[in-house]
Amino acid sequence: MALLAFGSVRMASAQTPAAPSPAPAATATPAPQQPDSEAYPPGANAGTATDLTWPVPADSTSINPDGKGKVTNDELIQNAAHNKVSINLVWTLVTGFLVMFMQAGFALVETGLCRAKSAAHVMATNFMIYGLGMLGFWICGFAFMFGNYANGPAAIGWQPSLGQGLLLLNQGWTVTIAGHPFGLIGLKGFFLSPSVFDTAIFSLFLFEMVFMDTTATIPTGCMAERWDFRNFIIYGFWVGMIPYAIYGNWVWGGGWLAQLGQNFGLGHGAVDFAGSGVVHMCGGVIAAAGGLCIGPRIGKYGPDGKPRPIPGHDIPMVMLGTFILAFGWFGFNPGSTLAGTDNRIAIIAVNTMLAGAAASVGTLFTMYLVTGKPDPSMLCNGLLAGLVAITAPCAFVNSAGAVILGFIAGVIVVFSVFFVERTLKIDDCVGAMSVHGTCGAWGVLSVGLFANGSYGQGWGGVHKLFKDGAWTIINNDGAAATLKKYADMTGTGATGGWTDVGVTGIFGKLFGAPAGDFSQLGAQCVDVCTCAIAVFAMAFVWFKLSNLIFPIRSKREDELAGLDMPEMGVEAYPDFHITDKSSPPAA
Amino acid sequence: MKEIKAIIRPFKIEEVKAALSELGIQGMTTVDVKGFGRQKGHTEIYRGSEYTVDFVPKIMAIVVVEDTLVDKTVAAIVKSAKTDSFGDGKIFVSPIEEAVRIRTGEQGEAAI
Repeated sequence: MALLAFGSVRMASAQTPAAPSPAPAATATPAPQQPDSEAYPPGANAGTATDLTWPVPADSTSINPDGKGKVTNDELIQNAAHNKVSINLVWTLVTGFLVMFMQAGFALVETGLCRAKSAAHVMATNFMIYGLGMLGFWICGFAFMFGNYANGPAAIGWQPSLGQGLLLLNQGWTVTIAGHPFGLIGLKGFFLSPSVFDTAIFSLFLFEMVFMDTTATIPTGCMAERWDFRNFIIYGFWVGMIPYAIYGNWVWGGGWLAQLGQNFGLGHGAVDFAGSGVVHMCGGVIAAAGGLCIGPRIGKYGPDGKPRPIPGHDIPMVMLGTFILAFGWFGFNPGSTLAGTDNRIAIIAVNTMLAGAAASVGTLFTMYLVTGKPDPSMLCNGLLAGLVAITAPCAFVNSAGAVILGFIAGVIVVFSVFFVERTLKIDDCVGAMSVHGTCGAWGVLSVGLFANGSYGQGWGGVHKLFKDGAWTIINNDGAAATLKKYADMTGTGATGGWTDVGVTGIFGKLFGAPAGDFSQLGAQCVDVCTCAIAVFAMAFVWFKLSNLIFPIRSKREDELAGLDMPEMGVEAYPDFHITDKSSPPAA
Repeated sequence: MKEIKAIIRPFKIEEVKAALSELGIQGMTTVDVKGFGRQKGHTEIYRGSEYTVDFVPKIMAIVVVEDTLVDKTVAAIVKSAKTDSFGDGKIFVSPIEEAVRIRTGEQGEAAI
């Protein structure tokens, strides 16, 4: 998430009038437009000065004092700025559409890994979480998460990529402890009310909504085949309104985790580019709390306490879903720049695909060594583990870093699945806790290990300037003196020559940073611990409370029969004779 | 009349069918079945949990033949379904009291 990210003094000065000598395009009389088909190369006539001019009468001076066919400097600047914001809006929306498609991937993966007798039920939870969570996010989730966005720590010269409308998100609850501000929650934008009726905010809402739905649909895999549908319905509203939004506010909405850098000198504050923590670990932790509260499926653990397998009913469905998720991830990570004009998207996209590939290979090798056979469902977990892990560091590492951390994720996920299954004894049907929780945490931490300082200058309002082995830290407090100090040090004058270094991990020097940064890992650790404790507490209390409204667990006889007919009233595959051979004995 | 039930490896069904056709046997019924014998399946690991694959997929071919054809039929099945490995299957022979062709009402050996 490039919320409060990049930018420089040069970007800030882009608002001052352009150079006095007008650009040639602005003064030349536009050539009469020809149809493109008569020009070569095709499209050569697109985007000329003619496209910027109004059809003003020749004798009119009221609209454009320079007369017909002239493009003024102001018009030129406005058009360039409008184009920039439009490109960013289009990018954010289209990548958001890609992330929305990931819902289909989740539905296929989770359903394929469950038994045929509950397939319609599992599919329905994945389907309805889209609507339930979205309405919850519209009611208050978005306001809690981003209501105070404009007051978060930001880089010097930072401009909201989607347009100045984002600055309307300026209300929240911040407490001050020992002189340090702690942003706790945003409080503007409930129901996307008229006070935030703006294209920038609506486009941000769409993008963050589909991210929330990703978090929301992770626990449905862990708790599948035994989750009472009515309890699931109220969960759907809750997850869109509360846990993701509050934790997300702390990291992305300008809250206290993002302020760790300015407050306590911990790197750039918690850095989570596209949500290894905010989206995936959050979902994995909710899944852990839910899996703990709901208990294992009947027969999952034998009288001796040993886990028994309950094989999924459609492995090709799982693998198709995994590919859809991997495709959607090209929206998830590169889209989190919220800016198509940020050319970093190329690096992010390549890092994303490399980490996923490395992880699937890591899982392949690990499975051969551990069990002798590369279970396809584990290979799918492996690819997703790498994608989850690269989500936080995708913008900050180089390709070597992406491959290394992805490969490690592919190894970790195998042992995590075995640990959850054998030691924790939480029946996680799809490996959600391991893929999203464990590897989400790994992704957040890996920013503090592998980030190479080439991106994220000023992230969290912290500028880390480096020169001749020495660091100077400038916290952006918005004061003119700070801006001048920053401009002087990064300039070419006598006091200048300092390099503004981006987010850097402790091994950053190996990957091209001028020096390693231990403090960033500190911020990442605080982030991971906060997610594990705060989100788990919220989710555990919720599942215990909601259990009093609607019992979380389906009836025993319904679970044994498969939830399709008892709870949904229809079977997933009525034309097929569903045997129950894959189910272990109920005793 | 005798009923011959042959539980065989699924990929052998076409060879068995061809062998029986050569004998002049004109009809056959198959059922997809799963089962185990003395080998008791094999052990696998799914997502960290060890388990035994008890029920191995097989095809059960059912033919009803005149008494005089029983030995030849059984021999043909054994020959065509054999791989010499564990899990080749089994053949069961049992008497049939009556047979009726539904379309014509023919009975006995005329109906098979």
